[in-house]
Amino acid sequence: MAAAAAPPPQPAGRSSGRLLELQGVSKTFSNGTVALENLNLRVQRHEFLSLLGPSGCGKSTALRIIAGLGNISGGRLFWPEGGHVGDIGFVFQEPTLMPWATVFDNVHLPLKLQGQGRRQVRDRVEEALAMVGLQDFHAAYPRELSGGMKMRVSIARALVTRPKLLLMDEPFAALDEITRIRLNNDLLQLWESQGWTVIFVTHSVYESVFLSSRIVVMAARPGRIVGEIEIDAPYPRDEAFRMSEPYNAYCRETSATLHRAMGDG
Amino acid sequence: MSTMIEDDRIVGLQDEAIARAAEAAEKRDRVLRWAMPVSLIIAVLAVWEFGVWYHGTPHYILPGPWLVIKTLFTDWHTLYPSLLVTLQITFSALAIAIIGGVGLAVLFTLSKWVELSLFPFAVIAQVTPIIAVAPLILIYVDSTYAALLLCAWIVAFFPILSNTTLGLNSADHNLVNLFQLYGANRWQMLRYLRLPSAMPYFLGGLKIAGGLALIGAIVAEFAAGTAGTGSGLAYRILEASYRLNIPRMFASLILISLSGILIFFAFTLLSHLMLRKWHESALKREN
Repeated sequence: MAAAAAPPPQPAGRSSGRLLELQGVSKTFSNGTVALENLNLRVQRHEFLSLLGPSGCGKSTALRIIAGLGNISGGRLFWPEGGHVGDIGFVFQEPTLMPWATVFDNVHLPLKLQGQGRRQVRDRVEEALAMVGLQDFHAAYPRELSGGMKMRVSIARALVTRPKLLLMDEPFAALDEITRIRLNNDLLQLWESQGWTVIFVTHSVYESVFLSSRIVVMAARPGRIVGEIEIDAPYPRDEAFRMSEPYNAYCRETSATLHRAMGDG
Repeated sequence: MSTMIEDDRIVGLQDEAIARAAEAAEKRDRVLRWAMPVSLIIAVLAVWEFGVWYHGTPHYILPGPWLVIKTLFTDWHTLYPSLLVTLQITFSALAIAIIGGVGLAVLFTLSKWVELSLFPFAVIAQVTPIIAVAPLILIYVDSTYAALLLCAWIVAFFPILSNTTLGLNSADHNLVNLFQLYGANRWQMLRYLRLPSAMPYFLGGLKIAGGLALIGAIVAEFAAGTAGTGSGLAYRILEASYRLNIPRMFASLILISLSGILIFFAFTLLSHLMLRKWHESALKREN
């Protein structure tokens, strides 16, 4: 576990550090499906925010809009301090690696697209690989790695630009329980030590409670926010937190909100 | 039933013995893979040779395989230059087909309108039998060499164009999103994502196009006939048929087949070397 690195500011520091705001954002697909309707969401700096909801509630769409993939049909996306390429790291549900490139080249990609050659940024790529524990695998090809390792490569690639905001779209949904728990722990450690903001899309109540400082629960048809839960438990969180009574209470509360969301839909 | 009995016996063996048995089976498999087709070919040739000898068939009707092989050596001074001419046309046409096919495929992905306007022409060129078009091409194109090249190019061009176009459009959508997210421009998207994605498709097209270029070259030579200045292998076949020199016809045929086989294997090898690190087609299944 990480040494007790200063936990990122929790609810206290929130009014000062607004990173991003979605103001009345709506999104209608060309086939007429309303994916999001009047979505208002404030993202604080350094928070770990989870978007939780059933399939089709627009949580992935919201994430893509924040990433700048695809247009919005109404409302606006507001970055108080401005935002630009490289400030955002994105982790997809699948590892989304280039099968023809080595682990090193896959992680190097975001920097290469900014015109930075291999030699120039070798250290940064190695550093990102070390963060996810894959320093010995830079010459491997994706097919030689397990599912969990591929996901780690994908995370290293998102980290290599030293982003302010990390967007994760159900990154561990396809992994087995044991790998998922391990990656959850590692992700939390990294988040604590690096001080990014994370927006994490998931449909797992347990995962969201364990990781987040705040959970936003969404409902489908049309995609909207139906509840918000502060997880006011201190970091670092570990196995002890998973066994604790507050954890269970938060899980129950989150679960109830989610059920209400699904009942409404 | 028999497999069950066999299974029981294997279960009874020691681990080491099992490993050794598996190794032996693999070795036998490898030997048989070559031995079976080779011995079959030899058997067919032997029956042919025997039949010709037994019936006393004259060589201007059907020469035995031994005579064909002898002719290959005795007529080498005529056949070899012709082989070179045919191969030169084949590979020049193929080279132009690669440049043109890949270039046009890239243009197609850059502009939908270019694709919509030009693709019908490519299809027309592909579906019209080259043997029917060759005489016209020979009339309109002054240089016979250029006409032959054009014919071979027309047939070799399409598989490369259509395969590469398919490949360029087959890039993983999530990767396209990722590239977009990191602000990749069109050129970077092409260079780092679309071209590598298209590589297996292109190599598949190349394997087909290699054989087709040879066929195109031969067909065009036939259409040009003895009137042409070309002296490729097809011309040798025509010439030999007028003189009832059947052994030389067979010898020329063998050279054409061998060229086709070599081209195919060369591109298969190339494809394997380029994809072995990552593409499913070149990987061994691990179970």
